[in-house]
Amino acid sequence: MLTRLLREYLRPYRRQVALVVVLMAAQSAGSLYLPNLNADIINYGVVTGNLHYIITTGTLMLGITLGLGAVAVVAVYFASRTAMGAGADMRAAVFGQVQAFSSRDMDRFGTPSLITRNTNDVQQVQLFVQMALTLMVVAPIMSIGGIVLAVREGAALSPLLAVAVPIMGVFIGSVVATVVPQFRKMQVKIDRINQVLREQVTGVRVIRAFVRNESEEGRFAKANADLTATALRVNRVFALALPALMAILNLSSVAVLWFGGRLVSDANMPIGNLTAFLNYIAQILMAVMMAVMMAILAPRAAASAERIKSVLDAAPAVTSPEKARRPERLNGLVRFEDVSFGYPGSEQPVLQDVSFTLEPGRTSAIVGGTGSGKTTLLNLIPRFFDVTGGKVLVNGVDVRDQELEELWASMGLVAQTAFLFSGTVASNLRFGQPEASDAELWRALRVAQAQEFVAAMPGALDARIDQGGTNVSGGQRQRLSIARALVTKPKLYLFDDCFSALDAATDARLRAALKAETTDASVLIVSQRVSTVMHADQIIVLDDGRVAGIGAHRELVASCAPYREIVVSQLGEEAAA
Amino acid sequence: MMRPPGARPRGGVRMGGMGMGGGARVERGEDFWGSLRRLLSRLRPERLKVFVGLCSGVASVGFTVAGPRILGDATNVIFNGVVGKLLPPGVTKSEAIAALRARGQGQIASMVSGMNVTPGKGVDLGRLGFDLGLAAGVYLMGAASSFGQGYIMAGVVQRTMLGLRREVEEKLARLPLRYFDSHPHGDVLSRVTNDIDNLTTTLQQGLSQLLTSLLTIVGVLGMMFWISPLLAAVSIVTIPLAVVITVVIARRSQVQFAAQWDRTGTLNGLVEETHTGHTLVQVFGRRKATVEEFGRQNRDLYEASFRAQFLSGVIQPSMQFIANLNYVVIAVLGGYRVASGLLSLGDVQAFIQYSRQFTMPITQIASQMNLLQSGVASAERVFQFLDAEEEPADLARPALLAVRREEREAAGRLQLEHVSFRYEPDEPLIEDFNLEVAPGETVAIVGPTGAGKTTMVNLLVRFYEIGSGRILLDGTDYKDLTRDEVRRAFGMVLQDTWLFAGTIRDNIAYGKPGATSEEVVAAAEAAHVDHFVRTFPDSYDTVLDEEASNVSSGQKQLLTIARAFLSDPRVLILDEATSNVDTRTEVLVQAAMARLRRGRTSFVIAHRLSTVRDADVIIVMDHGRIVEQGRHDSLLARRGFYYSLYNSQFAEVEAPAS
Repeated sequence: MLTRLLREYLRPYRRQVALVVVLMAAQSAGSLYLPNLNADIINYGVVTGNLHYIITTGTLMLGITLGLGAVAVVAVYFASRTAMGAGADMRAAVFGQVQAFSSRDMDRFGTPSLITRNTNDVQQVQLFVQMALTLMVVAPIMSIGGIVLAVREGAALSPLLAVAVPIMGVFIGSVVATVVPQFRKMQVKIDRINQVLREQVTGVRVIRAFVRNESEEGRFAKANADLTATALRVNRVFALALPALMAILNLSSVAVLWFGGRLVSDANMPIGNLTAFLNYIAQILMAVMMAVMMAILAPRAAASAERIKSVLDAAPAVTSPEKARRPERLNGLVRFEDVSFGYPGSEQPVLQDVSFTLEPGRTSAIVGGTGSGKTTLLNLIPRFFDVTGGKVLVNGVDVRDQELEELWASMGLVAQTAFLFSGTVASNLRFGQPEASDAELWRALRVAQAQEFVAAMPGALDARIDQGGTNVSGGQRQRLSIARALVTKPKLYLFDDCFSALDAATDARLRAALKAETTDASVLIVSQRVSTVMHADQIIVLDDGRVAGIGAHRELVASCAPYREIVVSQLGEEAAA
Repeated sequence: MMRPPGARPRGGVRMGGMGMGGGARVERGEDFWGSLRRLLSRLRPERLKVFVGLCSGVASVGFTVAGPRILGDATNVIFNGVVGKLLPPGVTKSEAIAALRARGQGQIASMVSGMNVTPGKGVDLGRLGFDLGLAAGVYLMGAASSFGQGYIMAGVVQRTMLGLRREVEEKLARLPLRYFDSHPHGDVLSRVTNDIDNLTTTLQQGLSQLLTSLLTIVGVLGMMFWISPLLAAVSIVTIPLAVVITVVIARRSQVQFAAQWDRTGTLNGLVEETHTGHTLVQVFGRRKATVEEFGRQNRDLYEASFRAQFLSGVIQPSMQFIANLNYVVIAVLGGYRVASGLLSLGDVQAFIQYSRQFTMPITQIASQMNLLQSGVASAERVFQFLDAEEEPADLARPALLAVRREEREAAGRLQLEHVSFRYEPDEPLIEDFNLEVAPGETVAIVGPTGAGKTTMVNLLVRFYEIGSGRILLDGTDYKDLTRDEVRRAFGMVLQDTWLFAGTIRDNIAYGKPGATSEEVVAAAEAAHVDHFVRTFPDSYDTVLDEEASNVSSGQKQLLTIARAFLSDPRVLILDEATSNVDTRTEVLVQAAMARLRRGRTSFVIAHRLSTVRDADVIIVMDHGRIVEQGRHDSLLARRGFYYSLYNSQFAEVEAPAS
């Protein structure tokens, strides 16, 4: 997953990546050359007592060192450009993809999870790329280069490497193979223990009320013991791994001196080469250590990459058709024809055989119990979900045949949870209509019964709104989101239970003003309050996903039992009489 | 829900673990040394193991430091052999030197004079074998003791953290509700999760390593000076250079990291907002504009993070440069000294190895100090949590409720006598309140938002202790009962619809451990939740995720009602229970509850007309105080606070009866 993701997102940076690899290779090669020069100093300078040679070679070493530093800085420059650039690209891709998601896709991933994927997960991968470009490139060059040069310095000693390097390789391989899955397990267990604790904090009242402390303690103790056991295993493997690696290296050095000493003694190898050989072995080990570090970092990045990839690979459940049909007239006419909707795999559908028509100039209302499918029904109109049976026509054309952006542009939606964006009152009101004039905004505010409190806010239209609209009350938020829909002047209004936080008087005034404003538009109101819906031209009663009755208040009170029940429960027997 | 004064709303969980290299902000605790001492004192039960572990650490440093010196000796043996072979056999060393001088090879002569050479004799293999055997032994011992240290300390740390986590969890159960109400949940959570995690990392990776790093530096430095004070002095000169470079770069990159964090925050805010308002962005045709805005901020972030990464990335090559510089200086200077006979080749060899070992612990110490600092800050926050005042303990020999549940006909009598309560000592709320509720009666608690209706609940289930007066449940004073005994008598449906991550079945069964599947379904049916549950993909085995975001708030509410049904309590408390359930569902729920309430006392915080009308007693609250008490009709007749409340809140629709 990680490699596939990286291959895709590093492609635009392949030149930079190539440059980084070349520079890093040069840097490593230079570093590897230093012991070589050191060997020369010993062989031709020290052994022969040539001070001049020592100084000239020393100067050369110094020059190389300076050059290496410069090369490394340039490499880091391009590595950072590449890693951060690829990260930014990935972030933008995830963001764009989520923008194309339907409500179904949003539900499937969950909004908090999508936020994490778009932010933290991308950051993880980006960090990994940065590390990979600086470390992962160096490690193989250093180890392979180290081996090559070591062999050159002392071919006779290379059998030693043939023993030591495979031992190291096998050992590291087995450490990584045991530690990486354990690491993953440990993370799962840390998450689990934190989840239990989080639940104990947020659910403290319920836990105490149901006297479940003991079972919670049991749940925690199990998670705690689990985590400790795994953490202990991981850390003990580590405790073994590092000293063992060091021992392998050091014993190799000892062996080098033993066999090398005899070669030198028999004049088969200059003594300086022996010293260089020792240095190469140290460098090979360093490179191997870096590789181990990357191997440990990689699973975390891989998990993030997987989460990112699954977002990018998800085909949005709802997309515009290839050949869109454009409605002839945008009059706000909506027709449901035998509409059914169910979640895949569920035992019962949410909606079944629902048919009705919303006509321009008329107000329709949907009432029904929680879970009766009211909001689902409303969400089928902007095609947040696709029907599983029947069809929904907006402006005379099946919603599935329309261009989504155009479909959406033809309606004004006020959602159940009034959500405002950070900015100002004006920026929120202009959300769907950036060119709207101040006068138009005020007009919408007047209809939404929001004029008074907006005028009283510091800065009025320019008053600040926090993210989510948390700095205004729930009722104010609802009225502002109603005004926001009004500004776009659509021919179809969808109000999803958005009068709930208003008191009865405001609710009544708002509906009266709305009526005057929407004389030529279709209006659909979803509500649980009889007082909100009873004056509608047409009331659609939903009961367990089926239409239990359609008609005006008076007819339904007389003919529709579920509706009468609702009326009685809210207004008392006398209202239903 | 009423919160005591000064309570802040629940905060979000701190976004943890955004591992940006080098960008972590180091928090410093208020009392670093005090907290460190306390942290270390937690290791006391393991002191023997800690001692053994530390001894192993010291031993491993000792062995590791000794190694290169012995190898250096071995190199000398080889070099001596090489040079010895070059000299004619049968002469003494001084004769050989004199011969060299005579031939004008003064340079070599002076080098040889500093060596232990026997002319004509090659490498002394016996001596070499002895040296190398010794070196191998020393290295093996070093590895073994290092492994011992790691192994022992891993056990110590993990056992200590196991205990600390257990202590924290037990603390959660002993803290009064007041603590949770007056601290943002985010803060509590961050202490019990993030801080504990951080602390584990610190102990595991920081503490004993810090010690070994320090010891290594001392040991290596000592060896370096022993071998050659001059070379050691030169090497040491590069240390301040390394420090200065690190500090200069780090300070600049810190600024960039701050900018990066800042912009990450802004961008994450935009992402959060856009994804949350997803449908609005779509329907209002703002997709393009939003993507453009995102692109702009994304570019800003890219620039800042590039600069931060680049600057911090430069540190490593700089250090490498200094290490190489050091190497060159040692090679040149060392070579010069060997050639002059002032130093042996093996010593230079050893010295180079030491200087390698020297730079590593220095960079490690820097990061370990950071780790330690943030770890101790976390420890301090955990300790503060552990030090928070606890609920007073239950009586050692508590009474049991006189009437058991099987005989509940007569159970559920509550008497509140002269009860007074205040959240803040100087803000009287409930003063001398009296109420008697007979078994089976319904008490409605009403009042405007923020009137303190939850206060009553807090007192009834003993989430808070009353100041004076007494509460009797079926004739027994609360004070003589354990809190659990009191709470077992109650069943609650709270406004806060808390469900845990698990299946719907387990969540409903929470009220009655070991409930059968039939009982769960029956409770679900009674709460009118069976239908929704069966629309979920896995029916009763559907797993609710952590935020239970796959279930609507109304559905959550119904699940909590089902949970209360199953628990079959003696007294029922509905804390605004039906605020998220529409009236039609409420009708069904109330019908079922009427059945459930038979012979059961209930307290209902109500916003519904039907509830207050049928209540046996209505408690009217305002500004945290009880202002009126009585039945619906008599309260209406009084034309007081209830009268106006009723007209604004309940009689919102004096319905035009068709």
